[in-house]
Amino acid sequence: MGLTIIEKIVRNNIGKEVRPGEIVTVNVDRVMIHDIFIPFVASKFEEMGFTKIWDPDKAVLIYDHLVPASQVDDTRHFRIGNEFVEKYDMKNIHRSDGICHQLMTEAGYVKPGNIVFGTDSHTTTYGCVGAFSSGIGYTEMASILGTGTLWIRVPETIKVNITGKLPENVMAKDIILKLIGDLGADGATYKALEFTGDTVENMTVASRMCMSNMAIEAGAKCALFSPDEKTAEYCGITLTEKEQDLVGDADAQYCRVIEYKAEEFVPVMACPSNVDNVKPVTELVGKNIDQVFIGSCTNGRLEDLMAAAEILKGKQVAPFVKLIVTPASRKIYQEATKNGTLAVLAEAGAIITHPSCGLCCGRTGGILTDGETVIATNNRNFLGRMGTSKVNIYLASPKTAAACAIEGKIVAP
Amino acid sequence: MNQFTGKIWILGDDIDTDIIIPTEYLALKTVQDMAPYAFSPLRPELAGQIKEGDIIVAGKNFGCGSSREQAPEIIKALGIQCVIAKSFARIFFRNAINNGLLLIENDQLQDAVKEGEEITVILNKAIEYHENQYPITSLPQNLVDILNAGGLVKAMQKLNSAKDCTI
Amino acid sequence: MGMTIAEKIIAAAAGVEVVKPGDIHTVELDRLMSNDGTTHLTIDMYNKLKNPRIADVNKLVWIVDHNVPCDSVKTAASHKKMRDFAKEHNIQFYEGAGVCHQVMMENHVTSGELIFGADSHTCAYGAVGAFGTGVGCTDYLYAMVTGKSWLLVPETLKFHLTGKLKEGVYARDLILSIIGMIGANGANYMAMEFSGEGLKTLRMSDRICICNLCVEAGAKTALMEVDEIALDYLKEHGREPKHVFQSDADAHFAKVYEIDLATIKPIVAKPHFVDSVVDAKECVGTKIDQAFLGSCNNGRIEDLRVGAKLIQGKKVHPLVRFLVVPASAAVYRQALEEGIIDTFMEAGAIVMNPNCSVCWGSCQGVIGEGEVLVSTGTRNFKGRAGHKDSFVYLASAATVTASAIKGVIATADML
Repeated sequence: MGLTIIEKIVRNNIGKEVRPGEIVTVNVDRVMIHDIFIPFVASKFEEMGFTKIWDPDKAVLIYDHLVPASQVDDTRHFRIGNEFVEKYDMKNIHRSDGICHQLMTEAGYVKPGNIVFGTDSHTTTYGCVGAFSSGIGYTEMASILGTGTLWIRVPETIKVNITGKLPENVMAKDIILKLIGDLGADGATYKALEFTGDTVENMTVASRMCMSNMAIEAGAKCALFSPDEKTAEYCGITLTEKEQDLVGDADAQYCRVIEYKAEEFVPVMACPSNVDNVKPVTELVGKNIDQVFIGSCTNGRLEDLMAAAEILKGKQVAPFVKLIVTPASRKIYQEATKNGTLAVLAEAGAIITHPSCGLCCGRTGGILTDGETVIATNNRNFLGRMGTSKVNIYLASPKTAAACAIEGKIVAP
Repeated sequence: MNQFTGKIWILGDDIDTDIIIPTEYLALKTVQDMAPYAFSPLRPELAGQIKEGDIIVAGKNFGCGSSREQAPEIIKALGIQCVIAKSFARIFFRNAINNGLLLIENDQLQDAVKEGEEITVILNKAIEYHENQYPITSLPQNLVDILNAGGLVKAMQKLNSAKDCTI
Repeated sequence: MGMTIAEKIIAAAAGVEVVKPGDIHTVELDRLMSNDGTTHLTIDMYNKLKNPRIADVNKLVWIVDHNVPCDSVKTAASHKKMRDFAKEHNIQFYEGAGVCHQVMMENHVTSGELIFGADSHTCAYGAVGAFGTGVGCTDYLYAMVTGKSWLLVPETLKFHLTGKLKEGVYARDLILSIIGMIGANGANYMAMEFSGEGLKTLRMSDRICICNLCVEAGAKTALMEVDEIALDYLKEHGREPKHVFQSDADAHFAKVYEIDLATIKPIVAKPHFVDSVVDAKECVGTKIDQAFLGSCNNGRIEDLRVGAKLIQGKKVHPLVRFLVVPASAAVYRQALEEGIIDTFMEAGAIVMNPNCSVCWGSCQGVIGEGEVLVSTGTRNFKGRAGHKDSFVYLASAATVTASAIKGVIATADML
């Protein structure tokens, strides 16, 4: 019987075939720790009695949530992180280069078929290059740093097949929001998502990233795209036979298959305060807004900034509305500088911040208060995520967000 | 301890990690410092009301959202004995087990109970409420091992002391 | 007897022929600037008035710059209060356009005006010969409601500048040296007036930097003689001077200082006082955690150019956080165009949106316990940049950039 992508990745990793439900111990190819949790990882690691990292080159430490520091104790995390890196001989550290999930693939830490864990729920992102990646807590991270292994339960797979050509104003974000709305916030819990069809084949790796990034919002353990030529180019590699084989077999067993026609997608928003509360933008038109946020590991990439710039070119952000743009990485920021995207956004009145998690993690970057409404391109609209519990957060694509910024109210792009 | 009784607090569906502990407070030094802010976006007074031995009864997808392990740690620090929910998000589930916080899945109890009442949990068997019994399942063995060791840190300590502190 | 520039501006604003130091006059104000540091408090007081009204809404300029983008729910509430009030009363409002004083210089201030700002560094406006002074929100509110205020005519200290700054020495070194010389209260209640041939060698950015920092010597205001450079600046920004005043030959000065610009050296103001000024060489080697190039004092395009030139092709020290914060959106756009932003990004700096940043010390790059910051900001008071037990050294853009590269306080000639 055939295998799904996740079943193949686990098989390749442990050297024997597996079936959903089996509990197995995998060898970890790479781990990612970010600034918020490094103090906890460090103390648990030592409390567990470990004296060295199983393979220091496989560990990556990234400062992103607290860059720049907004509270006086924040820099304590940097100090502890710097000490940890020094003590355990780690070389892979990024102190202000952008958001962890962007950097992991952009800087070449993740390759197709890898098994990667990170101390962040959006670690599912690396499925965009065909890696099995998932979020864990800091205690498990400490144990991986010591042992290089982790137990997992092989997940069942939901296949999402999308065919056809997307309408002009629809972005990958609209697809993943629609899917989360259809599945529900727990619709893929403990499961893997596998995306297939010519629509996703024609997508950039950046668009695939947006989708795998948000899979966790349906509870998914991981979200996989088969590696192809685009993946190879993005990763700067030639695909090996094993990597080329990371496709779901025709006779693989899926617990569910969902079919979408690309032409039927429309711009959507996730309405307050759940990611699965998804509605077409046309049903929400006219609502006044106070702020727009374009950024995050979901939608802070070059194509996202360019899509927004195209809409904002020669226009101005509405009076009393703030447009905050936070590129996902230093590289993206520089590319957007060089191709004039940032100049267009700045000219339109955008507040362009240094690459970091910014508003998405709710510690700085545009916190709001009671009664205010924000259109945001990030991944969560939970109660209190960006300020008080009376802030209304609508999640949308960069195109929709940019269009709303100009009008000062919800409009379709 | 094969069974215990506690007062219940009722929460709804999709109680996310940002509700359990908002990011704003994640850079506080200890879990004890963060505990007073638990559930603050939803019920700011709740953290102060919860007493040692209480039980949380919630709807589906409890703990969805981020990987922040402070979520189960804070619930434990508040004195909660166990969380009973219709379902749990997976990262939260792993984090809770690794910190020795007992989670029980049950999808009928929620609609029957009222906040402030007491229930009795008989481990690996059932929850008792007003003479009614709601059956519960037991955990896979590898997780029972971690729970029995007292959490993942203790399990790893055991492993390391067995190998004389080297890997 | 003749009058100084400060006296002439006050006389004009009070509608009298002559004023002398020590007089108290009721003056008509030209402009009233307020930022998110205190405007919410002003609004609270305004709302308690029996007959709340605004004398002339066209005089009001409100600027959100201290915490941009907003960093806490508390600040979000004050911002909303400010935004809603501005919207309701049709007040000129900026958010995210940059640090208030730079925004004012770019868009509003002109020679001979009398301006109240609810911020101590309002004295910056003297760079174009405007009398700018910082006030608290009670004074601000009174002025907002009546359009007027009372003013004690200050004595004037005259700084007669000659010569030219040496290469590698900046306006910031000059003003910090002056503050070091006269002390942190050396100009209390007084106006500091700058003139002389040396002034002609200073660009507008230098002049704003100098006037801006005069409050650190206790000055009520700072004023520079308006010359072609200042008039050109106004013209470029589409503004006409209101008055162009010079001090009379027989004006009375409390004291006259002669300063030869060529004698100024790169300096550093050590923690925790702006007048703890020493030769920069004395601080060389002090380990730093963060460097800051920005603020209303030193975040203009000219300052960024100095830093960019030094860091081009080099990297920020891995253990240093180098914050680069343009003083305004206009400065940011100019720096983008000139490739300066890219130079800093390539070097590993943290380039932030225009705001007050760590100079204000409540968000956007605060420093932690025991940490050391070398900064182009305005102040190095204890706790100003974050944790109460942290240390701030003030220096020029060149010294700050060199330090960011070296990881210790360093001067540009050490690169």
